[in-house]
Amino acid sequence: MKKTNTKSKIKSLRKSPTGIRGLDEITEGGLPSGRPTLVCGGAGCGKTLLGMEFLVRGATEYGEPGVFMAFEETSDELSANVASLGFDLPALVAAKKLMVDYVFVDRAEYQETGEYNLEGLFVRLGYAIDSIKAKRVVLDTIEVLFGALPNQAIVRAELLRLFRWLKAKGVTVIMTGERGDGTLTRYGLEEYVSDCVISLDHRVVDQVTTRRIRVVKYRGTTHGTNEYPFLIEKDGISIWPITSVQLEHAASLERIPTGIERLDTMLGGKGFYRGNSILLSGTAGTGKTSVAAAFADATCRRAERCLYFSFEESPSQIMRNMGTIGIQLEPWVKKGRLQFQTVRPFHYGLEMHLARTIKAISEFAPDVVIIDPISGLDTSGTPLEVKAALMRLMDFLKGKGITAMLTDLKMGGSFIDHTDAAISSLVDTWLVLRDLESNGERNRGLHVIKSRGMGHSNQVREFILSSDGIQLTDVYIGPSGMLTGSARVQQEGRERAERVTLNEEAERQQLALECKRAALEAQIAALRAEFSGEEAIITRTVRKDKQRGAVLALDEAAMGRSRQGDVVKSNGGRVRVNGEGAKHA
Amino acid sequence: MKTLTKSSLRKTATASLPKWKLRLYVADNTSKSVAAFRNLKQLCEAHLAGRYQIEVIDLLKNPQLAQGDQILAVPAVVRKLPAPIRKIIGTLADTERVLVGLDLQPNEANAFDPRQSL
Repeated sequence: MKKTNTKSKIKSLRKSPTGIRGLDEITEGGLPSGRPTLVCGGAGCGKTLLGMEFLVRGATEYGEPGVFMAFEETSDELSANVASLGFDLPALVAAKKLMVDYVFVDRAEYQETGEYNLEGLFVRLGYAIDSIKAKRVVLDTIEVLFGALPNQAIVRAELLRLFRWLKAKGVTVIMTGERGDGTLTRYGLEEYVSDCVISLDHRVVDQVTTRRIRVVKYRGTTHGTNEYPFLIEKDGISIWPITSVQLEHAASLERIPTGIERLDTMLGGKGFYRGNSILLSGTAGTGKTSVAAAFADATCRRAERCLYFSFEESPSQIMRNMGTIGIQLEPWVKKGRLQFQTVRPFHYGLEMHLARTIKAISEFAPDVVIIDPISGLDTSGTPLEVKAALMRLMDFLKGKGITAMLTDLKMGGSFIDHTDAAISSLVDTWLVLRDLESNGERNRGLHVIKSRGMGHSNQVREFILSSDGIQLTDVYIGPSGMLTGSARVQQEGRERAERVTLNEEAERQQLALECKRAALEAQIAALRAEFSGEEAIITRTVRKDKQRGAVLALDEAAMGRSRQGDVVKSNGGRVRVNGEGAKHA
Repeated sequence: MKTLTKSSLRKTATASLPKWKLRLYVADNTSKSVAAFRNLKQLCEAHLAGRYQIEVIDLLKNPQLAQGDQILAVPAVVRKLPAPIRKIIGTLADTERVLVGLDLQPNEANAFDPRQSL
């Protein structure tokens, strides 16, 4: 029941959890047990409600009955006021878990006729506490006494006594106090409460109101010191602080498909990393919502949950429009896998908007969050505030391991300059959709500017929306530049025609070559035939010469013998002729 | 709870005089409580002799009764009758203010309704 501060093992301040979402987080466990807490703020900022929720949660969730001492509203009024938040006071009263004591104080009734004290109040409170064994008490608001009783000195003395008495009783007390002029409370109630002071605020900035809560002081413990926006909705008060800003989330290795096949291919073949944040920026009408819807569809197909924040279109409009490109989202909504949250951001302040976003995410517990578009937030804060808010949102999502896809509408021609550097450095994957205008038509192009931790394509793809869905095709890149759309189709046709022409030419040349080769070979054959004819003739001639030479030599030898040999010299020439004939053979 | 009913009341009261019903809330038998009761009784004897009734309620004994008359400060006197209800707080030491607070005319000889005589 009592939660101790987890940060210290030494006996630390006991705390009573309020059960109010987020308040226990920023007070690190709740309000100080057995001590009074002052909740102060202006009119209509939710003091009474906070007190009442403290009691109701205490009674229903922590088994601590409570007494609500109302100085301003009757118990019937209170019951009616909080019934809209789902608190059934009469039932709790009947179950003796709650007691509402309405103290009516009318100044006109109080005629002072001598000494007195406020024992009657003590008795009433004591009776109420004892009768249901209350552990919690709310006094709303005790400063009415200052206005009603003429003698302020007695009131102050009695209040001091009251708080000592309450501490002695060991009850945890919330007392509310109206904001004073430059002080926390009009009658200086903070003088009596030194343990914990919480300030509520309801500010109007640019016609937009934001409720904020701040722990002004909390003796003996650390606490969140910022102002946190809070919501009052049908389930009571909730505060959605982003208290953890460390970047210590574990990185997932799991990849999830994008819902567009060729986009997966562009992202290393497998899609996004789970838990990463993806920025999808582009000018108007480039298909951001379609890519987002494809991703939502793919998420639901995997039986995961997707929360889609749409700041510009109603759910039915998105579903109708996506139906025309073959993405049916309605079945997923019916199955409860897909939820749309549609609200114009400028209805709320930025902080409030952030708080609502985080509330919705925490409640739906999605695997994928789509925010379409983040530029919708620009209307609700200065650029610096928007950046800070987005950063906190992204940290929150990463901390929970939720994959986030943010679309960003960019104005004007320059697609990249307008995306704020701070946002782009926050995201892990940045896809850009752009208009490619040429030859009198606009076409869509998609490319990946960055994608941390994966090899990704550096190519521009043409992005085609048709009733069959989303397709990515290669753009034509050639000597005449990058072509898309009908220009690409035309260029491709022209190329096909050129290729055909080229093929014919090659065949023709091939044929010519064959002819040449045949002619040449015929020629070679003729030459060969001619040569072998000549060769036969010459061979025969040589043989004849040789035979005749041999005959002559025989004749010469016979003549030499007959002429006594002195004419040998003159016969040398004839010998040589024979010799030459031999050589030829 | 103790109820003081003067035996003389019935004897002297006439039908024409409005009957006064007063309730004195105290917490415990303190000096303030005693002083308040003494002062109230004196006052009634002086101005409402024979036609008043004082009911003393000790809130320590009957704490649940504090809610009915919206008692915060004690001692407190509540004029239940004649209507309307009026409340005064303190030990009733200041007689003038008590008379004003209870809307009681001193020496109410003609015994008309106090409001008419204003």
